Amino acid sequence: MRMNTEQPMEDRLWNYIDGHSTPAEKSAIEELLATNREWQEKYSELLDVHRLLDASELDGPSLRFTRNVMEEIARFHVAPATGTYINKNIIRGIGAFFLTMIGGLTVFILAQFKWSGQSSDNIGVGDTDLGLSKLKNVDVSKAFNGTYITLFMLIAVIMGFVLLDIYLQRKKTTPNP
Amino acid sequence: MTHIELTDTEIINKVLHGEQALYAQLVERYQQYVFTLALRFTDNREDAEEISQDVFVKAYRSLADFRGDAKFSTWLFTIVRTSCITFLRKKRLDTTSIDNERTLIQLENRESGFNANIVEQKSRHAMINAAIRMLSPDDAQVITLFYKGEQSLGEIGRIMGYDPNTVKVKLHRARHRLKEKLEKYFSYAHEY
Repeated sequence: MRMNTEQPMEDRLWNYIDGHSTPAEKSAIEELLATNREWQEKYSELLDVHRLLDASELDGPSLRFTRNVMEEIARFHVAPATGTYINKNIIRGIGAFFLTMIGGLTVFILAQFKWSGQSSDNIGVGDTDLGLSKLKNVDVSKAFNGTYITLFMLIAVIMGFVLLDIYLQRKKTTPNP
Repeated sequence: MTHIELTDTEIINKVLHGEQALYAQLVERYQQYVFTLALRFTDNREDAEEISQDVFVKAYRSLADFRGDAKFSTWLFTIVRTSCITFLRKKRLDTTSIDNERTLIQLENRESGFNANIVEQKSRHAMINAAIRMLSPDDAQVITLFYKGEQSLGEIGRIMGYDPNTVKVKLHRARHRLKEKLEKYFSYAHEY
């Protein structure tokens, strides 16, 4: 329970010590520190921990560490920057391809539906059936058997091969470091 | 002859142009930071040294990817963090917070021998380092990055994958827990 009441004070004081307080907050805290004993004590306590942490020392590895690292890296080369071998156009192309496919399929499937429900003129004010119940009568198998879907699949496969070819060509022509 | 100290970016550019030996300067410059951060995760000097070496090798191999939009240290400490997490996963070490009851009892038993007597004889540095080692890896790292790694809240957020406000809250809580550990295990009391 003690922490719950102290926490806002501690947070505000840590912000003040770290220099993260706004100018208004800073002057408010300075006023409290000048007049309030509880705030003075807490500030002094936190400042002590802060100084202790500030004065703490780093640990060090063994004396041979640098030599070990240099011996290890002598076996390697710096790898080329990721940007040089990842072509953004290919990524964008693949993204565009899938988006086109999804969009095309959605439009095609929707075009296969027979929207023969009630016309809007006949729907009454209290009528909540918007014809969605008729969706179960849609013949989905028809959508996946048509000439168009075969055509789409064919285009998808050809585009896939084209993109793979572009990628492999680029990989082949990029000189090794 | 005057010795001009090269900046991190200058060293990196030279290393990328074939002066591999200059990389030793970067290793010298950051080995303590990297080792201390790794030690916050493993609490074992051999493992920390293995991780640190791996970090510098990884950093060397990916040096061309350092774009210079952040400090080299921030980029390097990001590698430290991911390497530590990968290392712990591989070794299946117990990464749970040291705050759990079982570990606290173990610690209490382990520390009781030097709790009041020996630690009081040790320096304040040893005391604070021992107290930091009692914290969870996340708490210990946020404190180390803020106080020793010369990283801002934003940079720590970049390293740890949090937004700066979350880092601020984590830092406050970590210091609060550290103060509790100091008081509980090291008979640390603030003198008014």
